[in-house]
Amino acid sequence: MRASVSPLSQSVGARTWRRFLRHRLAVASLLVLATLGVLAAAAPLVERALGVDAFTADLYHRLQGPSLAHPLGTDEIGRDHLVRLLYGGQVSLTVGLIAAFFSAVIGTVVGILAGYFGGRLDALLMRMTDSVIALPLLPLLIVLAAVDLEKLGLPAAIADSEDASLYRIVIIVSLVAWTTVARLVRAETLSMRKREFVRAAVALGARTDRILLTHILPNVVSPIVVATTLSVGNIILFESVLSFLGLGIQPPVASWGNMLSNAQDLVWSAPELATWPGIFIFVTVIAFNFLGDGLQDALDPRAGD
Amino acid sequence: MSRFLITRLFEALAVLAVMSFAIYGLIGLMPGDPIDLMINSDPKLTPADAVRLKALYGLDQPITERYFNWLMAALGGDLGYSRVHTKPVLEILIPRLGNTVLLLGVSLILALAIAIPVGIYAALKPYSKIDYAVNMFCFAGISLPPFWLALLLILLFAVVLGWLPAGGMETIGDAGYFGRIQYMILPVLTLTIHSVGGFTRFMRASMLQTLRQDFIRTARSKGLSESRVVTSHALRNALTPLVTVVALSFGGLFSGALITETMFGWRGMGKTIFDAIMGNDFNLALVGLLFATGFTLLGNFLADICYAWLDPRVSLTEEREG
Repeated sequence: MRASVSPLSQSVGARTWRRFLRHRLAVASLLVLATLGVLAAAAPLVERALGVDAFTADLYHRLQGPSLAHPLGTDEIGRDHLVRLLYGGQVSLTVGLIAAFFSAVIGTVVGILAGYFGGRLDALLMRMTDSVIALPLLPLLIVLAAVDLEKLGLPAAIADSEDASLYRIVIIVSLVAWTTVARLVRAETLSMRKREFVRAAVALGARTDRILLTHILPNVVSPIVVATTLSVGNIILFESVLSFLGLGIQPPVASWGNMLSNAQDLVWSAPELATWPGIFIFVTVIAFNFLGDGLQDALDPRAGD
Repeated sequence: MSRFLITRLFEALAVLAVMSFAIYGLIGLMPGDPIDLMINSDPKLTPADAVRLKALYGLDQPITERYFNWLMAALGGDLGYSRVHTKPVLEILIPRLGNTVLLLGVSLILALAIAIPVGIYAALKPYSKIDYAVNMFCFAGISLPPFWLALLLILLFAVVLGWLPAGGMETIGDAGYFGRIQYMILPVLTLTIHSVGGFTRFMRASMLQTLRQDFIRTARSKGLSESRVVTSHALRNALTPLVTVVALSFGGLFSGALITETMFGWRGMGKTIFDAIMGNDFNLALVGLLFATGFTLLGNFLADICYAWLDPRVSLTEEREG
């Protein structure tokens, strides 16, 4: 932890960027993710350009091979596979990014409070974090995903709406994905708390909320960014598993997980349907992991130039 | 040391108690209702019967009361019956727990047997081509969706090559060990690929960090051979933190087991829990989830004992620095 007040502090951003560019896999991942994001956002345009319909069954053209009209062929009820993959990408990326944001918020609050106040609060919060890490999360997520929203008192109109499965998955994944951020932020806050500038702020009589928000928070941004990037990949994996098991995103909304779930039944007759959604999940997750790794190297103050 | 472990034991029990209430509450919020299911299977039941049944099973009481009654019965050894299997849940869960422990145990040993030497090797040649290749494979393993990996393995080994069965646990009439092993290969392979990347990356990082320490420099400067430095000085120190990582991975391994067992039709805890949740088998789901939670916490506790034994400093510091 040297170099916190570097004489070259005006070039910290430039130096970080330079170090990031050296991590070729991370740069490539960023490009892949940007392309994927743009394509997914443009799914309706691609749909119109190809002149296909991603949601209406067309039983005369089921399970077709790749062609000009259908670059990746059609699925078991004749819908265009590529366009459905792009719509699935919208869902997976949206869920991944939003849930990662919420878990970053929860993790940051838990981590800063535990690290700054220490003592019993720290012990309690960190035991809670350790417990969540240790729990068998998937079975618990399955139960959470199976909970009947009407029994919770939500009106049927909301509980049965098409977006409900999306909100639900964002909420339940956020409830378990915050732990890495919390641990890293706590460790960083612990070391910040003892620094001179924080002590100076305390001595000057700054209020606690001011110390936390303007002195500590900006200094713990690096671990938050790294852990959040890495968690996007994990969240997309969780979403795809739950959707695959039939508990996440519900058809007719396409997600990579529920597309694979349909393809599983057809694995003997149409193995290519099981290939593409898996490749999309794999590439997206590995890209977020490489990106996180690259950011970690670039933002690490201990690393050399 | 004993004080540390006793604190840990109480914490684990507290977590288990909190989780039992949470899971109990969540199971009650799942769609369907045990009385409705009874009515569906017997059309002669009247609404008045339904009310009487609700009172008989105590379902008309508030949740805290029901939980307390259930807890008292459970502590007395009565964990209830499975609706679908019509057997006491323990009779179903115990053999399946054995199947899961077998699956997880074999793949954990296999994953560590690969991760430890490979991680050390990568740490000894940091930033070499081999190190980069290992890193790539680790990231690939971590990022592969386990259910897709299982699907691909089934496609390759069962559909295309026809070497191994696509699922199940044994060929009927063939009780031999060899016959059973072929059913284990694909599930074990899936779980091992799923967990080996994380362990390898951790082992590499831990070894790299150990090799930077002063006592390693001392060992080198007094003229020890590099192999002696690594095997008798660095190894133990680099392995100790791996214990914690393995312990913390039990929950993740169990999640992996749930997917793997479901994909390969392996009659273990994970598949049982999943089927119970999907089939409205409330008691079986509840007890299965508690077992899974309990055994993960037990695994953690055992790892704490190992850790305290391997690293005497733990007894002095009450708290692990995160």
